Amino acid sequence: MAERPEDLNLPNAVITRIIKEALPDGVNVSKEARRAISQAASVFVLYATSCANNFAMKAKRKTLNAGDVLAAMEEMEFERFLEPLREALEVYKKGQKGKKEVSEQKRKDKEKKVDSENDKSREEEDEEEDEERMEEEAEGEAEEEEVEN
Amino acid sequence: MKMSQNTPDKDDQTSSTKKTISLPISRVRLIMKSSPDVSSINQDALFLTTKATELFVQHLALSSFNNGSGKETNSLSYSDLANTAEETETFHFLTDILPKKILARDYLKTLEQMQEEEGDF
Repeated sequence: MAERPEDLNLPNAVITRIIKEALPDGVNVSKEARRAISQAASVFVLYATSCANNFAMKAKRKTLNAGDVLAAMEEMEFERFLEPLREALEVYKKGQKGKKEVSEQKRKDKEKKVDSENDKSREEEDEEEDEERMEEEAEGEAEEEEVEN
Repeated sequence: MKMSQNTPDKDDQTSSTKKTISLPISRVRLIMKSSPDVSSINQDALFLTTKATELFVQHLALSSFNNGSGKETNSLSYSDLANTAEETETFHFLTDILPKKILARDYLKTLEQMQEEEGDF
């Protein structure tokens, strides 16, 4: 939950950069205008969320999905965003998939390594340390999963 | 060992996120969750909303600049935004937070005009 009202603002530095990139070089954007665009962006998020949520509720789903957001864009008459959004989602999904495969592969490699290390050092003192490290890693991965879902 | 194995992974993530989105997903989620009837949002929906917000910022800035008065002076002002919110159908939902600033005497003039127009009907 948002504890302070400013938590519902988007970061000014990022908003300013996006505005600068959209406009021709050298356009001066007043401070008031930047603040207004930032507020408008927050309102846009809320409006889009509420529209998307209506679609989810109609379909008796509790979780907002990509289709709901795209349908919301259409309803809000931002059809011009649909194509770039679909493209970006594809790139994003590819990235996510690649990331998962990479970490999966790493996990397997790590297990192999740890196994052989354990074989070698079964009687050695640093065995405990290895187990501790494995626990830490398992925790780290569990956290990552949560963020992704 | 843990660090060296995790670092390249994290770098990959930031570089791929950089290409697609620059606004923080966590903040967008916070705003979405502040809406009372939203229970959960899946990762793709969150990503799309974040991306859409960036497109929206670009679109609002560019439309306001192109329709605005600051083309000669190379500037974008509040009134350009307020005008866009009022004049463009898709930006109408912004009129509450982008109210047009007008002088009292101009307001009185419009009020007078409106009354005259009403009288015509």
